[in-house]
Amino acid sequence: MSELLSNAGQKPPSLMPNAQQRARLRRVRNIRDGISRYGVAAAGMAVVGALGLIFFYLFSEVFPLLRSSSLEIDKRYTSSAVTSVDPGVHLTLDRYEEIGASFTRQGSVNFFRAEDGQVFMTKPMPMADQAELTATGTSTPADGLVIYGFSDGRIGVAKPEYALSYPNDKRLVTPGLGYPLGEEPVVLDEQGDALRHVAIQQGPNAIYVAAATEDKRLLLGVFSARASILGITRVSQDVYPLPSLPEGIGVTAMQLDRTGRHLAIADDQANLYLFDISRPDKVRPPEKVPSARGRITAMQFLVGTGSLAVGTDAGKVSQWFLVRDEDNRYHLKPVRDFKALPGKVTTIAPEYNRRGFWVGDDRGNVAAYYGTSSRSLLMKSVTDTAVRHLAISPINSRLLVMDEKQQILSADVWNKHPEISFSSLWQKVWYEGRSAPEYIWQASSGSDASEAKMSLVPLSIGTLKAALFAMLFAIPLGIMGAIYSAYFMTPKLRGYVKPTIEIMEALPTVILGFLAGLWLAPFIENHLPATFSILFLMPVMMLVIAFAWSRLPTALRAKVPDGWEAVILVLPIILTAWASVAASPHVEVLLFDGSMRQWFTDQGISYDQRNALVVGIAMGFAVIPTIFSIAEDALFNVPRHLTQGSLALGATRWQTMVGVVLPTASPGIFSAIMMGFGRAVGETMIVLMATGNSPIVNFNIFEGMRTLSANIAVELPETAVGSSHFRVLFLAALALLALTFIVNTLAEIVRQRLRRRYSSL
Amino acid sequence: MKSKSNSFTSWYKSGAPWIWLNGGAVALSMVMVVGLLALIAVRGFGHFWPADILQTTFVDQQGQRLPVMGEAVRSEVIPAVIARDNGYAVPEDQPLVTRYLIKQGNRDVTSRDFMWYLETGMDEWQYPEEALAIERREWGNYYGFPVEIREEGKAVSHYGGQDFWQQLEERAERSVNLHRELRRIEKTDIGRINNAMERLRLQERRLQLDGISGAELAEAEADIAARRAELDAQYQLVKAERDEIVKQTKRDQLVTTTADGKEVIIPFEKIVRVSRPNAMGVLAKSGQYLERFWEFLTDEPREANTEGGIFPAIFGTVTMVIVMSIIVTPFGVLAAIYLREYARQGIVLRLIRISVYNLAGVPSIVYGVFGLGFFVYFLGGSIDQLFYPESLPAPTFGTPGLFWASLTLALLTLPVVIVSTEEGLARIPSTIRQGSLALGATKAETLWKVVVPLATPAMMTGLILAIARAAGEVAPLMLVGVVKLAPSLPVDGNYPYLHLDQKIMHLGFHVYDVGFQSPSVEAARPLVYATSLVLVMLIIILNIAAIKIRNNLREKYRSASD
Repeated sequence: MSELLSNAGQKPPSLMPNAQQRARLRRVRNIRDGISRYGVAAAGMAVVGALGLIFFYLFSEVFPLLRSSSLEIDKRYTSSAVTSVDPGVHLTLDRYEEIGASFTRQGSVNFFRAEDGQVFMTKPMPMADQAELTATGTSTPADGLVIYGFSDGRIGVAKPEYALSYPNDKRLVTPGLGYPLGEEPVVLDEQGDALRHVAIQQGPNAIYVAAATEDKRLLLGVFSARASILGITRVSQDVYPLPSLPEGIGVTAMQLDRTGRHLAIADDQANLYLFDISRPDKVRPPEKVPSARGRITAMQFLVGTGSLAVGTDAGKVSQWFLVRDEDNRYHLKPVRDFKALPGKVTTIAPEYNRRGFWVGDDRGNVAAYYGTSSRSLLMKSVTDTAVRHLAISPINSRLLVMDEKQQILSADVWNKHPEISFSSLWQKVWYEGRSAPEYIWQASSGSDASEAKMSLVPLSIGTLKAALFAMLFAIPLGIMGAIYSAYFMTPKLRGYVKPTIEIMEALPTVILGFLAGLWLAPFIENHLPATFSILFLMPVMMLVIAFAWSRLPTALRAKVPDGWEAVILVLPIILTAWASVAASPHVEVLLFDGSMRQWFTDQGISYDQRNALVVGIAMGFAVIPTIFSIAEDALFNVPRHLTQGSLALGATRWQTMVGVVLPTASPGIFSAIMMGFGRAVGETMIVLMATGNSPIVNFNIFEGMRTLSANIAVELPETAVGSSHFRVLFLAALALLALTFIVNTLAEIVRQRLRRRYSSL
Repeated sequence: MKSKSNSFTSWYKSGAPWIWLNGGAVALSMVMVVGLLALIAVRGFGHFWPADILQTTFVDQQGQRLPVMGEAVRSEVIPAVIARDNGYAVPEDQPLVTRYLIKQGNRDVTSRDFMWYLETGMDEWQYPEEALAIERREWGNYYGFPVEIREEGKAVSHYGGQDFWQQLEERAERSVNLHRELRRIEKTDIGRINNAMERLRLQERRLQLDGISGAELAEAEADIAARRAELDAQYQLVKAERDEIVKQTKRDQLVTTTADGKEVIIPFEKIVRVSRPNAMGVLAKSGQYLERFWEFLTDEPREANTEGGIFPAIFGTVTMVIVMSIIVTPFGVLAAIYLREYARQGIVLRLIRISVYNLAGVPSIVYGVFGLGFFVYFLGGSIDQLFYPESLPAPTFGTPGLFWASLTLALLTLPVVIVSTEEGLARIPSTIRQGSLALGATKAETLWKVVVPLATPAMMTGLILAIARAAGEVAPLMLVGVVKLAPSLPVDGNYPYLHLDQKIMHLGFHVYDVGFQSPSVEAARPLVYATSLVLVMLIIILNIAAIKIRNNLREKYRSASD
């Protein structure tokens, strides 16, 4: 000030910024304002976008399940591997889809480049000199055995083998031929008769061969090959004659299963025969089953050899199971029919590691089918003559087709998730080795040959079961607690109760799960009578105390004002629980011969230690605070003038509660229950730890369950990225997301409307 | 009688029974919460108390008298029928029988360290003063009687000698110190050298991938070879030091006998602690209690996590939560500011807001699935391709790890922070905002200098709630980065110091893993209770802090808006 004054004489330099500075400052401030506006907007939208991304990403992972299979012919060529004089007997393709192999009638195996058909290696089959090739057969593709049967009763067996090496860091696949029965043909028919049909299968310890001879005899050969130390394969062989088929019947196809127990034969009069060859020296006459679908022209066991893919001259394609009856005898049963082909079925090529197969007909059509999901995946006309051979690659993404004109077609195949269909996820499916259609979840197992069983029904039922029992426990406690706390409790007590409930909500579910699994489950198992008597005695005890309280002298009652009932009840609750537990063993001795759990078993009720009751209590505990908080909020915010009006008109407090408060707040209570349900459906750790996680389909309170969420937690880390199993787990996650999102949104909308109603009242 | 029934009817009509029932529901819920916390606290804290060692004898099914020695764990009453079915002789007139679970230890000697014994057939319990409880690095606890101490195979002190206990304590302490030194060398020195070696290997691989050739390549390779030789030399030195200590630890042995008189020799290098609980007073026990509790918090796990401490789990949880907070706070706050201050309010925004709020209710496992698919496989896989081609096919970020766990949890807790911050912003009286604008402040200035500072407590509340939720969440972490046993901590002295790609241990997962995946449930149980206790305390403290901040906040603005 003094400085200003002293300089009053001269023109004082202004402390204010000059116009230029002010303009700059303004500009800077405007820019900052803009940065803030757009920066915040960008960040905000990014966050909202990121949350939205969850939906899109999950859906994008599930989407390929919905995509239908496709086949695109991208190359057509003729190859010296197949010629018009020798159209070949069998065609295969290696797992890198680079090398095809054609087995010829002349007894050579031509390996050719799948790209252009150029033959680069030829290996000989075991061929009998001075004998003609009269029959051929193949095992399941994973074993890759090819058998030649000759006119002198001998057989030759070989399988393509691929050696993998990485010279100069580049992959090199070198094909070769393996001879499991030696490089020379082996005698099957001692009588030296021509073999008209042959079948082969690799069993766990032996190779099984079956043959039909020119003079209508049936033979079964069992070859156990063992490599000696010197590298010479020694073959021990047993040949058994089988009962022959009735007179005048010609064989069209033969198949052996890998257990060496069954031989299936199709005849030229549309019948199937099943031989039980588990004791080859005592084989009974076969069971005859009419195919009812026409004369069978092609028949192949699918991987695992539990079911047969059968094609007929009418183009009908069906899947047949070996079904076991009560007497432990197997029968052939048609289980599924697929979309028929227009022409006569000429060849069937099963896939290597799943229950799918490719079928070709004599009018140039190729079709793909899948067993478990009953899907006819695709059908396409690829050539105008008959399809002679089909070869699908082991990774199911390329198909070689050879037609009557010795032309090879190479097709790019997209067929990643054939095992998933609406029916395989949600309906009963007849799985191999089962006697009837069932709901089963067993997505993975030790071996490739087992059928993946991916029914979501057991998991959904399990989820609902867990949620149901949790809600049975949580709804009464949560809602009643909310009613009391919002309307009857003294504010002071409410000040303690609300934070306690909030802490209850924050308790990690892993701890609830651990206590449920390791403490509560064994406790309940050992104190079953106590569990039931507590459930029953608690309300009775409360009413008794309430009545006794009303009988007490007024002077005594006046000391405790209204709104403290809950505190009075604490001690009786503890005492009741303690008494029930203490009396439990005595009750068991008196009424249940010492053990109630054993008594349950005797009554035919199965009892798991970790069961739905335990889950219901533990998860109910986790859900109570959700229900309580929201319901309490709704009840507490009912406008006071409504309740006061009711009380002024002479209604009791309870009448006011039932007649005025509850109806007004009922949407809020509904939304509380919805929110609680949403939480129970998605809860993972509690069910993971407090149930046995066995995917069963029932609502027995004493058995466990497996829920969608626990299933994801258990299986997702183990599964192969991009597999059908992986995507089905993503589907489960998406379903959980959608379900909880819808439930929560409904609840939220109800709540918002309720809030608006309160403010208008 | 009539008046009585009348009064009952009127009592019923008054609605009092219903009110009491409702009150009972609250009381029951409270009893359950408090009971649960008490259960965890009692079991968790009880784990560290040095239990007395009882000695008695027991008649088994064959009528033979067996010596029994160990800690009594718990007892229960079972119907006598069950005991008789199992072949025990229980008097006919006795319907019920008590049985005791005894922790016998000595897993290497008897192979069954927890056994149930019936009360009938059991002798009086005695508590011999000289009974030893030895915590070992392998095979769990050992209970027995001391005989002598050997040095290099020669007896130096016999039980009963004057200095026996002193010798025992000194030698035990010596071996514990040596062991600590050994761990230090292995973790710090050898760990550092290994880390440097690995980086050299990657550098070399990188050279190949970059296609460098000629003189440049030769020079770089020579440099790498020189550094490798130097590291090798260092390693030889450290190894010599380590071998020397290892030799020293093998010096002493303790000879003991078990309850049935079998001689057992325990090398001191396997001993973590020797004590005589029966001879200890309350004070000494309290001392050991604190020591054991401290050890539990700061030590590493032993024996497939069923013994030792949980330090890596605490450390992993805290690191993960900190990284998560660093991610979630700015984004959550900015999103909330956008929704409340900048976005145009309307039906679309209402829908977005409901959606964001509802994401808080989406099952956490769904976030885990998203994290595994999108973050780990998609983002992580791409990062590896771009930045870490030299270590492929071993994934760096393309595998579950700390960063993805934190990011997944950040996504999971975003709604919590957004909701809380928005609530805070909404609570600020419009008068304050209008005042600032009226003085000529721009919107940004009003926001950042007036509104946001006032809303910081709300943001804090949101963050604390987010942390509390994240700390207790397990299901998604099982998919995106938490493992049973992590070889090293995510933060250490080796470049780059914070290892975002490393897998971590987590308290919640530790509870699940030890409780449900360990071979001996009985041995693991006390540790699970103790771990739960730590986790529950952490979360309760965080929640109470959040509740307090929120309540203070409400008070503050109640007065400000009046």
